[in-house]
Amino acid sequence: MAGSATSRWGLRVLGLGYILLLLLIPLGFVFYKTFEHGIAPPFEAITSPDGMHALKLTLITVAIAVPLNTVFGIACAILLVRHKWRGNFLVDAAINLPFAISPVVIGLSLFLLYGTTGWFEPALAEAGVKILFSVPGMVLACIFVSLPFVVRETVPVLQEIGTEQEQAASTLGANSWQAFWRVTLPAIRWGVAYGVVLTTARVLGEFGAVSVVSGSISGQTQTLPLFVEKQYENFNLPGAFGASILLALLALATLLAMNLLKRKEAA
Amino acid sequence: MAISVEGANKRFGDFQALKDVSIEVPEGSLTALLGPSGSGKSTLLRAIAGLETLDSGTIVIDGQDVCKTPVQKREVGFVFQHYAAFKHMTVYENVAFGLKIRKWDKKKISARVHELLDLVQLPGLADRYPSQLSGGQRQRMALARALAVQPQVLLLDEPFGALDAKVRKDLRTWLRRLHDEMHVTTIFVTHDQEEAMDVAGQLVVMNEGRVEQSGSANELYEHPANEFVMSFVGEVNQLGEHFVRPHDMEIVLDPDDRTQEGLVQRIVTLGFEVRVELVLSDGTEVWAQLTRAELQRLELREGQIAYLRPVQAKSFNGSPPSYPRGASTPLGSHDGGDAGVPAAV
Repeated sequence: MAGSATSRWGLRVLGLGYILLLLLIPLGFVFYKTFEHGIAPPFEAITSPDGMHALKLTLITVAIAVPLNTVFGIACAILLVRHKWRGNFLVDAAINLPFAISPVVIGLSLFLLYGTTGWFEPALAEAGVKILFSVPGMVLACIFVSLPFVVRETVPVLQEIGTEQEQAASTLGANSWQAFWRVTLPAIRWGVAYGVVLTTARVLGEFGAVSVVSGSISGQTQTLPLFVEKQYENFNLPGAFGASILLALLALATLLAMNLLKRKEAA
Repeated sequence: MAISVEGANKRFGDFQALKDVSIEVPEGSLTALLGPSGSGKSTLLRAIAGLETLDSGTIVIDGQDVCKTPVQKREVGFVFQHYAAFKHMTVYENVAFGLKIRKWDKKKISARVHELLDLVQLPGLADRYPSQLSGGQRQRMALARALAVQPQVLLLDEPFGALDAKVRKDLRTWLRRLHDEMHVTTIFVTHDQEEAMDVAGQLVVMNEGRVEQSGSANELYEHPANEFVMSFVGEVNQLGEHFVRPHDMEIVLDPDDRTQEGLVQRIVTLGFEVRVELVLSDGTEVWAQLTRAELQRLELREGQIAYLRPVQAKSFNGSPPSYPRGASTPLGSHDGGDAGVPAAV
């Protein structure tokens, strides 16, 4: 067993070293830089009107994109797993597109549809709806990039639970809606929850696609990641780092919330 | 409630699971659908429950054609081989499920659930989760859950198939007693002929999507309609065109015009019963079931020549056997589930 002890320690050092070097040291450095001159500079940057607006806008995109992608993701997973048909492989492949395509390309594609020469432009102009350089465009971009997470996390658990519990529910008098709410959804809830956390993290941090469609107008179409970039460009490092930390904390909070829920359930 | 199925056909892709199946299940009876895997027995059961739709044919429960009735309205209790327990619910919540769907009030639900948990001998386990129960306990919970809503009929799909032999025997005795108390029309699917004969009053033997024969255990054993039924409900030797039960094989030491010569290969003593395995001159392997006293009287030894005289034999000319040839079954019951009986060499 001596050999395995060596390899165990080797693996530990390698794994921890990798995380330390590439993840924890850069993140730690951000923390250090942020508070280098005390808590006031980053605090001021975040609580400035533009900072607060960026926070609000970020939370709005999360509040719209995450529920939509959750509902769509569950429905899509059920379609893929429970209602097999020939077109399924196409749906399956299409869902992975946002993973495969660069967010910048996604942003540009929205331009082609909603831009001044875009397909939908005449109809939208007539209705007086503005998509690009405003919140709807940013939400669309976020939905696009974060679409696969809930589907991808839900499909395997849905496959694993099988159909017998649902069939049992139906023999006990439950219609398909009742069977879904009382049996299927509780059974897949942790897969869905994990998908929701990943979706939230992705929407919070999305930069590329949002940056293309938003125009990054301070106080109007700036989410937190865009705000960070602007602060950085303006050499306001404490502001940039402060907003970065706020972003990181938001993501951590969603992870923590899921773990707490899970622990509460297990207790 | 009496159940009657007529002319049922069901196809899955290229596989014809049911071929013009008709069965009659009298009210209050306990009926077994018996057959090897792929014989269509589970498909038939699931069609009665409404979990499968027939391509053609009718299913009548208590005088009502239920073919158009969705599963949740059929008022059937269904028990699955692998329990299908709701894993995120406690035992109590599992049993209460159907009652909650029917919007019973809480006090009535509580009373009913506890009554059922007593009935299935799981009192005190109401707050456990299915993962904390043994297989036998889970299946009893599933049975309580199915019975809670007072179904018209109770359908069990290989209910003991996933349990070990001891629990299986206990549970089948217990199921028969439960049925005697409740009198709910019950159909259960099994591939184990011993289990079917032990539990059920009526047996329906299925093979390759067809009903081969139905009747009481005794009728099937004594008057099998064909080779398949004969070899599926008991052990059998094949001698040319004839089929003989091992206990209908007499062994004698002096030949006459009705005996066949055989070489004693092996003598196995199983308590009261003795199994003598012989090879005939044409290479057919057969075995005879003797008592210890008979063995002692004959003073048989392995390697000697003895003579076989079938006391009672059957032949099924006219009904082509749908069963693989070579029907000697020295290893006992068919609880392996497949029709792959070791062929006589």
